[in-house]
Amino acid sequence: MTDLVYEAPGTVDEAVQALAAGGSGARIFAGGTDLLVQMHEEMIEPSTLVDIKNIAEARAVTIGDADIRIGAAVTGAELGEHQELKALLPGVVEAVELIGSYQVQGRATVGGNLCNASPAADSVPALIATDARALIAGAGGTREMAVADLLTGPGQTALAADEFVVSLIIAKPAARTADAYLRFIPRTEMDIAVVGAGVSLTIAEDGTCGAARLALGAVAPTARLVDAASEALVGNTLDGAVLDKLAAAASAACDPIDDKRGTIEFRTKVAGVLACRAARIAWERAEKRS
Amino acid sequence: MKKHAITATVNGDETDFICYPDQTLLEVLRGDLELSGAKNGCGTGDCGACTVIFNGRPVNACLVLAAEVNGAEIETVEGMANGAELHPLQQKFLDHAALQCGVCTPGILNMAKALLEKNPDPTETEIRFGLAGNLCRCTGYDKIVRAVLDAAAEMRGNPS
Repeated sequence: MTDLVYEAPGTVDEAVQALAAGGSGARIFAGGTDLLVQMHEEMIEPSTLVDIKNIAEARAVTIGDADIRIGAAVTGAELGEHQELKALLPGVVEAVELIGSYQVQGRATVGGNLCNASPAADSVPALIATDARALIAGAGGTREMAVADLLTGPGQTALAADEFVVSLIIAKPAARTADAYLRFIPRTEMDIAVVGAGVSLTIAEDGTCGAARLALGAVAPTARLVDAASEALVGNTLDGAVLDKLAAAASAACDPIDDKRGTIEFRTKVAGVLACRAARIAWERAEKRS
Repeated sequence: MKKHAITATVNGDETDFICYPDQTLLEVLRGDLELSGAKNGCGTGDCGACTVIFNGRPVNACLVLAAEVNGAEIETVEGMANGAELHPLQQKFLDHAALQCGVCTPGILNMAKALLEKNPDPTETEIRFGLAGNLCRCTGYDKIVRAVLDAAAEMRGNPS
């Protein structure tokens, strides 16, 4: 390994400076459950690690009147213990809690799961379903970008070399709005999604679906938002014909790989099944959120 | 490479060490600190043989940098017994013969300890799920699970 530099800045500005000083070899270090594995396996050889776990904004969960902010370096275990957040965003929390063992949960972060940019990352479809935005800090200041736009390919993000995600911003769910996330894996736990489906929806005054977003993971180079799913749901209740349309919209959005963990045909079919099941769960939760 | 001077509390004792930025907590524990209970299994956070308690949470020490534990509290299997008196989990692992080669055992003991602190009365399913990040290749899972159930009962004051 080359001369590695470890920096642990206490502020966003210091982190941006450390990233800039480190140049193209600098990497953000949060939970390390992907980064250190990639280093051990010599897939990457960074020259500087910028540990963001001492930055208050990156470590906090803040529930405001309009927005919820989840620090990029908040761990899965911490999210799972946050009862208020769990009540507001059960889908996001259940997605993050699916990542790895308890040991991994104690370290793995939401921002890391996002920026590692695995097509199968569990938190990403859940975040896209809730229309989460990433607060990005860089040498040019801060900017916000939709999570759906942040991911550009497997392992690729739209972040510049001197930028990092400080936190995720999600609008506080309105009344009768809720989310849910489901994934399919061949085992019962400790596995990577073969298909993941995140749904967020709102039940309108008239009892039909007022708004809905479906995002799918592990069925394309990046997690994707399925616009046709929103069209299938809005103005309707979850009856059989509507669910058939939703499943068809989900399957039509798939462009998956074919491997030993799931064939193209299987992933495409299961995407429709999970979309319907996640929509049902989100609907039941929304009914309880008056 | 720039070295880092670290002070951490390891098994209750304030401990100083010098590390390189690319060294893991596991390397320092097993090397400089001569605490070889945590084992280097996979090095990728899959097997759990290096599980230690870091600021109250079970983690894979192979995925923690030594440079980041300044000021932290670390607990390893070496700190589990109270002098010559074994921790109930350790005693039950002996009673149930819940180990063969022993490589997974320190990690499982730490993980089980963390589980029981959070949930003193777990079901068998909860124990199996909780230990899913600890692999035993001698396949002694049944005895391990029975030992943890028995230790939990004893620690609740209901010895079997």
